[in-house]
Amino acid sequence: MSYRPLSPVELDALKEIGNIGLGNAVTSLAQLINRRVNMRVPRSSFLPFEEMIELVGGYEELVGCVSLRVLGDAPSIVLYIFDKESTFHLVDMLMGLPVGTTGELDEMAQSAIKEIGNVLTGSFVSAISMMTGLKMITTVPLFAFDMLGAVLTSLMVAAGRVEDQVLVIETELFHNAETLIKGHFFLLTEPGAIDRLMAALGFSEGQGS
Amino acid sequence: MEPAKVASDPVEIQVGIADYKIGRDPARLITLGLGSCVGVSLYDPVLKLGGLLHLMLPDSTQFSNVTKPAKFADLGIPLLIDEMKKHGAQLSRLQAKLVGGAQMFSGLDNKMVLNIGQRNVEKARALLKDAGIPILAEEVGGNRGRTMIFDTSNGKVSIRMLGSKLKVI
Repeated sequence: MSYRPLSPVELDALKEIGNIGLGNAVTSLAQLINRRVNMRVPRSSFLPFEEMIELVGGYEELVGCVSLRVLGDAPSIVLYIFDKESTFHLVDMLMGLPVGTTGELDEMAQSAIKEIGNVLTGSFVSAISMMTGLKMITTVPLFAFDMLGAVLTSLMVAAGRVEDQVLVIETELFHNAETLIKGHFFLLTEPGAIDRLMAALGFSEGQGS
Repeated sequence: MEPAKVASDPVEIQVGIADYKIGRDPARLITLGLGSCVGVSLYDPVLKLGGLLHLMLPDSTQFSNVTKPAKFADLGIPLLIDEMKKHGAQLSRLQAKLVGGAQMFSGLDNKMVLNIGQRNVEKARALLKDAGIPILAEEVGGNRGRTMIFDTSNGKVSIRMLGSKLKVI
């Protein structure tokens, strides 16, 4: 299983999809935690997963990761990775605690983070689904809080994503200076899913490649 | 400019995901962030020669297009053994240690929590047994990510986990 090469125009289209989906997701997150959340312009590219890890931090960095599978017309995996401090901050904001209260993740905190992942993904996916007319259904979220390298490789293996390169739409979320939420978002699509997304956006297969 | 490295410094050799490397005393072989992946170390104590493999999946036969054989236990372990032999190691002297094979994610999505970690460990054990290589120690299973540091001067393997003390096997 491998990807056909995508043209710069198609990569731009994916970036645009990311932009719309994430814009929607960030709005939902802002409402959920009642804070302003900013987002960088997403990037889309093919990366070896070693590079994907380096993009976020070190292999041994402690991170929180929420992931969900997307089923339907464009099967893919959505994942959010927040660094340690941001994970704690998000829990505080969601639960209405003063920021800095949470210092470890009990079951309650874990389900709070999963809920955030759920909301982010739900709004991301519904925006894309609406724009493209494709049917997309999300599964229940999975959560891990550990070394970045261990989390990411396990996730890809479990999802059967073991190609050497992955298509990544990635962005960083952040809050204002008072409380930083540093998160990375990734959409890992299956090869067939890209073609369907492209077709739904009006690209014919292989155009411009 | 930095001063040149002192020759007696232990050299660190990093082993990437789906990769393997060989090192000789005083080299230390390191692989970072093992989750469901398994690190397999082989050691020839006479030559003080070591090899370390970072495998991701048990079985290559379900995949039509294999670009990195070291990704799979069934291809990677024989490769590692061959590479050790090429450097003069004797099969009868080889000793193995296994690290990793954890279940990192919690949740209810059955498709995603199929225990690949455990299958990786079982496959590695079976392949080493077939090759006649004894497994001296293991640090496998659980739900924690691990970094594996293999010291070729004495064959000892150190395991680093976040928030825990270094463990040596």
